[in-house]
Amino acid sequence: MFELSQDHEDFRAVVRDFAENEVAPNIAKWDAASYFPTDLVPKMGELGLFGLVVPEEYGGAGESGDFTSLCVAIEELGRVDQSIGITLSAGVGLGINPILTYGTEEQKQRFLPDLVAGRTLAGFGLTEPEAGSDAAASRTRAVRDGDEWVIDGAKAFITNSGTEITSVVTVTARTGTTAAGAPEISAIMVPAGTPGFIVEPAYHKLGWHVSDTHGLTFEACRVPIDNMLGEPGQGFKQFLKTLDDGRIAISALAVGCAQACLELATDYAKTRIAFGRPIGVNQGVSFQLADLAVMVEGARLLTYKAAWLKDELHAGRRSVAEVKHAASIAKLYSTEAAVSATRIATQVFGGNGFMEEYPVARFYRDAKILEIGEGTSEVQRMLIARGLGLPA
Amino acid sequence: MNIVVCVKYVPDAQAERTFNASDNTTDRDNVDGLLSELDEYAVEEALKIVEAGEGEVTVLTVGPAQAADAIKKALQMGAHKGVHVDDDAIHGSDAVATSLVLAEAIKKIGNEAPVDLVVTGMASTDGTMGVVPTMLAERLGLPAVTFASELTIDGGAGGTATIHRDGDASTQTITATLPALVSVTDQINEPRYPSFKGIMAAKKKPVEKWALADLGIDPSQVGLDAAWTKVEAFAARPPRSQGEIVPDEGDGGRKLAAFLTEHKFV
Repeated sequence: MFELSQDHEDFRAVVRDFAENEVAPNIAKWDAASYFPTDLVPKMGELGLFGLVVPEEYGGAGESGDFTSLCVAIEELGRVDQSIGITLSAGVGLGINPILTYGTEEQKQRFLPDLVAGRTLAGFGLTEPEAGSDAAASRTRAVRDGDEWVIDGAKAFITNSGTEITSVVTVTARTGTTAAGAPEISAIMVPAGTPGFIVEPAYHKLGWHVSDTHGLTFEACRVPIDNMLGEPGQGFKQFLKTLDDGRIAISALAVGCAQACLELATDYAKTRIAFGRPIGVNQGVSFQLADLAVMVEGARLLTYKAAWLKDELHAGRRSVAEVKHAASIAKLYSTEAAVSATRIATQVFGGNGFMEEYPVARFYRDAKILEIGEGTSEVQRMLIARGLGLPA
Repeated sequence: MNIVVCVKYVPDAQAERTFNASDNTTDRDNVDGLLSELDEYAVEEALKIVEAGEGEVTVLTVGPAQAADAIKKALQMGAHKGVHVDDDAIHGSDAVATSLVLAEAIKKIGNEAPVDLVVTGMASTDGTMGVVPTMLAERLGLPAVTFASELTIDGGAGGTATIHRDGDASTQTITATLPALVSVTDQINEPRYPSFKGIMAAKKKPVEKWALADLGIDPSQVGLDAAWTKVEAFAARPPRSQGEIVPDEGDGGRKLAAFLTEHKFV
């Protein structure tokens, strides 16, 4: 009951092997140069990482795949590097999922096979410079002109939006006003290279240096009306539905981060000698590692419980509310545990932990965003509290 | 093309490997095992051949129960079926006995459909002798073309196998008629990672389990007692010494050059 299946573990072994051979030897160099390893993406595609929740007709794993497998892959990539983990998480959760869930057959045929194979990447533009957690405050507009949408506005912090192989970014935009006077928000797919779709220079970030993140500007950007994704006016609602998956995925990424910290710090505590003994003999160190082990275990159990619920929901055996609640709990705990884990690990490493030669320094920088992206810790607490039936 | 790839399940070369104190054989219980990395190249090469044409890859291993993991990995990579020869009497076998068991197993596989090509790695990562491929070819009466850094099959089954063998001073091009045995080096290809679909498909692939009796081999021909060589004793290598520090008194470059020349590094 408290174990993943043998299939999941077999898959974990392969992804771990891949991460340790294809990512680990290069990651310090990529991170220092803020280099996005485009060539790695099709290799991830060959492993099947982008197709774990995609039907076979688009190149995915079909019924043999599940969301839990995706979490295993994200955790294992994240254990070696968080940027590569988020590239997969966002590639599936934000790039593929909206098209898979809301796309027409023509839209799916057009984009999914390449996305699943890792030949292309897609992004999702919701956040704006003035609208983060309050996504409904979006200002980007799309006005219909004949057979086209004309988009004007700006998006912020959009993952995988500016790589050499980005094929499309789906953006939410105001397309009108409801009868009640509220903004009507729809999702529209904007192919890379569309005139008026401007990819701003990459951000200078605290962490996630290897992940591709850009601001996007739309200036009289015209796309065919057929590029609307899903129903008009449903863009925001559609997006919220895909958020639960994203939260569990970020939770898996956080588990990978905490696991890496546990392994790195434990090894270091066994081998680093101070006052003639390994530093791990001191309770000041060993108790912190014990706490770290508890955090990893707790985060992993919460994450895979949420992932399991998500798979059970897919099979029609669980409710959306259960998944949402579990996703928020997992995301909140795991990401805060990951941030604590990096703090502990860095402390165990002492001065070396502050040096970029040691991976813990990178994990320290990378962890903070986990508490912010895909719903901040504050938003998760709000949702969890709401789930308790407290007065709103 | 009917290809048999011989693979070995070995203790992880990254781990701290040791011997059993009782009979000085390899300790498999306290070290994680895996498909010998050098054999992954053999599996990959066989898969490339059938993917470019047609045919089937059978992966064969001789080893204890855990060795099933080596077959599983090869099946996950894409091999079509597995044969696992497991018999307590095989424990402690040397290269001569191992080649006997492999040869009889390949003959039995060939009873169903003739084997056109046998592919092996260049050596195992634990024993590292690299003699089994040649012994096996001798037992099967096949041409042995070994240490291939490139392999080309022309004319399919009944055609030829042409290899490049890189030496220190030259590269040899050798052609053999099929059926043949080819051992491959780690230069020949880049072994694939199993894909998710490959992992799932592997579960449904057939794996035959054979004992010595199924191959008509008398247990006295194999195992530790029949071995031509035995590990008499083992001792851990002493920890690496500090090395020599040469103070640079203006002639550091010369001393360095002298050191490199003396050890034939340059």
